[in-house]
Amino acid sequence: MSGERTAPEQATTLQTKLGEAKAAGRAALIGYLPAGFPDVDASIKVIQAMVAGGCDIVEVGLPYSDPTMDGPTIQRAADRALAAGTTPKDVLRVVSATAETGAAALVMSYWNPIDRYGVHRFAADLAEAGGAGVITPDLLPEEAGEWFEATDEAGLDRVFLVAPSSTDRRLRLTTDACRGFVYAASLMGVTGTREQVADTAERLVRRTREATGEDGLPVCVGLGISTGAQAAEVAGYADGVIVGAGFCQRILDAPDLDAGLTAVRGFAEELALGVRSR
Amino acid sequence: MPSSPGESGHFGRYGGRFSPEALVAALDEVADGWAKAKNDPDFQTELRRLLRDYTGRPSPLSEAARFSAECGGARVLLKREDLNHTGSHKINNVLGQALLTKRMGKTRVIAETGAGQHGVATATACALLGLDCVIYMGEEDTRRQALNVARMRMLGAEVIGVTIGSRTLKDAINEAFRDWVANVDHTHYLLGTVAGPHPFPSMVRDLHYIIGEEARSQVLELTGRLPDAVAACVGGGSNAIGIFAAFIPDPEVRLYGFEAGGDGVDTDRHAASITGGSPGVFQGTRTYVLQDEHGQTVPSHSISAGLDYPAVGPEHAALADSGRASYVAIPDDEAMEAFRLLCRREGIIPAIESAHALAGARRIGAELGPDAVIVVNLSGRGDKDVKTAATYFGFVDEQGEQE
Repeated sequence: MSGERTAPEQATTLQTKLGEAKAAGRAALIGYLPAGFPDVDASIKVIQAMVAGGCDIVEVGLPYSDPTMDGPTIQRAADRALAAGTTPKDVLRVVSATAETGAAALVMSYWNPIDRYGVHRFAADLAEAGGAGVITPDLLPEEAGEWFEATDEAGLDRVFLVAPSSTDRRLRLTTDACRGFVYAASLMGVTGTREQVADTAERLVRRTREATGEDGLPVCVGLGISTGAQAAEVAGYADGVIVGAGFCQRILDAPDLDAGLTAVRGFAEELALGVRSR
Repeated sequence: MPSSPGESGHFGRYGGRFSPEALVAALDEVADGWAKAKNDPDFQTELRRLLRDYTGRPSPLSEAARFSAECGGARVLLKREDLNHTGSHKINNVLGQALLTKRMGKTRVIAETGAGQHGVATATACALLGLDCVIYMGEEDTRRQALNVARMRMLGAEVIGVTIGSRTLKDAINEAFRDWVANVDHTHYLLGTVAGPHPFPSMVRDLHYIIGEEARSQVLELTGRLPDAVAACVGGGSNAIGIFAAFIPDPEVRLYGFEAGGDGVDTDRHAASITGGSPGVFQGTRTYVLQDEHGQTVPSHSISAGLDYPAVGPEHAALADSGRASYVAIPDDEAMEAFRLLCRREGIIPAIESAHALAGARRIGAELGPDAVIVVNLSGRGDKDVKTAATYFGFVDEQGEQE
């Protein structure tokens, strides 16, 4: 399954962004927003504010009806996006707009919408739209044969998750399957803000690095990070810091879109400062 | 016991595991635990003892002579899972998984429920075995099945109403998965049907295999031959796979799964995943799903809460594609007519779920004629459905409702 896969010859924008952050001696800031939240055009504006505030990389969420790994905040955001009629075509449009900001654009999607769209077609259309890669939280490498082919052909990065419960054997299997970076889920639980960074995060990053070896892939940490101080803490041991619910919450809380955009930009600036003060 | 689907849990192109990495260790633990328990004589002795002394197995195979007259004269035999303790086949699976929970050293059980049958069975087993129990139930269903909520609480379970999504069974399952990933070190997710990620589809099937095992020997004893057809209702499909599994190696026995046709498969209000859905990935497994062109789950509808689920177990998907079993949708009205007939002709109030299988038997009987023998899995009793059925048939007058 792994081993013989061919890596694309050119670096993706994701790989470039992660390399730049590393060269600058800091962690990369990765923001998440469901496409279509609060509606398609507004979601583009929110992402522009995230990038203006300092996000190096944006995960554009493909909203799905049954997000089993998400807590209430992102569930609500995804529900709003679906209620607004967001389709995979809209997601690709948001990806294009994200790439135009200069940030690296990824898609984060549960597997069924990609399966339904057509695995090869999705990869090709995403690459065409300027996307750099895809994060698939409910796809395990064991089920990803067709996905390996499709992402290789399209020259996309593919990001799988590791978790505190992953065995050493599975850490090797999963990191072998990843290209771009490895997504380390900081804790055993769903997305959402937490008071503290889980104490499981640092150990998982260390174990993941042991699995990837010396020149291994970047390891980025997500789940439960929602303040500049938490971002700084995680930046102390990870190559990237992933924040999602905190952005969604600011849009949900804002009285209108302009207020939301201001809050999102300010939040991104706070996090950007955090990833630079490791 | 039926054959194992192998380490990866595939049934042809269906099944497998589409779950967060965080749950893989727990799923492996359950798979390993079940593989060992399945072949451990001590575990099997304990499970068989509970099934006999606590559940009341074997359940009878009843001759339904007067109902047979409504089935083209075919000889209809009812596998009486309705007579099990807690009123349905659900207890077979629950006792097995609850024993497995103890064996894995876990102290807390979570489960989803739609109509409340699986929730009540789970709360029952947890009371019996001294396990903490939390049941997730869509808020919509807690209102429709208030009596079962009270029952579960009486048995010591905590019932959590799920207020997210469509607030029905599928959302209760989503919420149970979210709980599991956060509490997996001491919690077992006691999934109630043959769906979900590996090993649930094969483990739950194994635990219901006893239905078909008993039915096969009972029908041979009673009639001296194998039946022409076996009929069962299919929501997630646990009672159906339980009775089918023992007959799959008998090519002369036709297997029929009856899905919930709701207002009709040509409308958008049904729960017929195989006859009205398409292959996809849902709640951890590849199977037939009710979904739109973009892969978003479409809400299901059925008069029967227990069949109101927008997907089906992956082994049924494989049996449908291979043609070994046939799946047919029964609309609400046809199921309710069969419900009425079984009440009037046999003095048995069936679960509305099971009434779909009874309606199916009437179709098969009309086709095969009076020489045929049809085994119907009467998966549950209708006590929980009295309110729904009474409303449907207009048996509750205004005054009665107020009292």
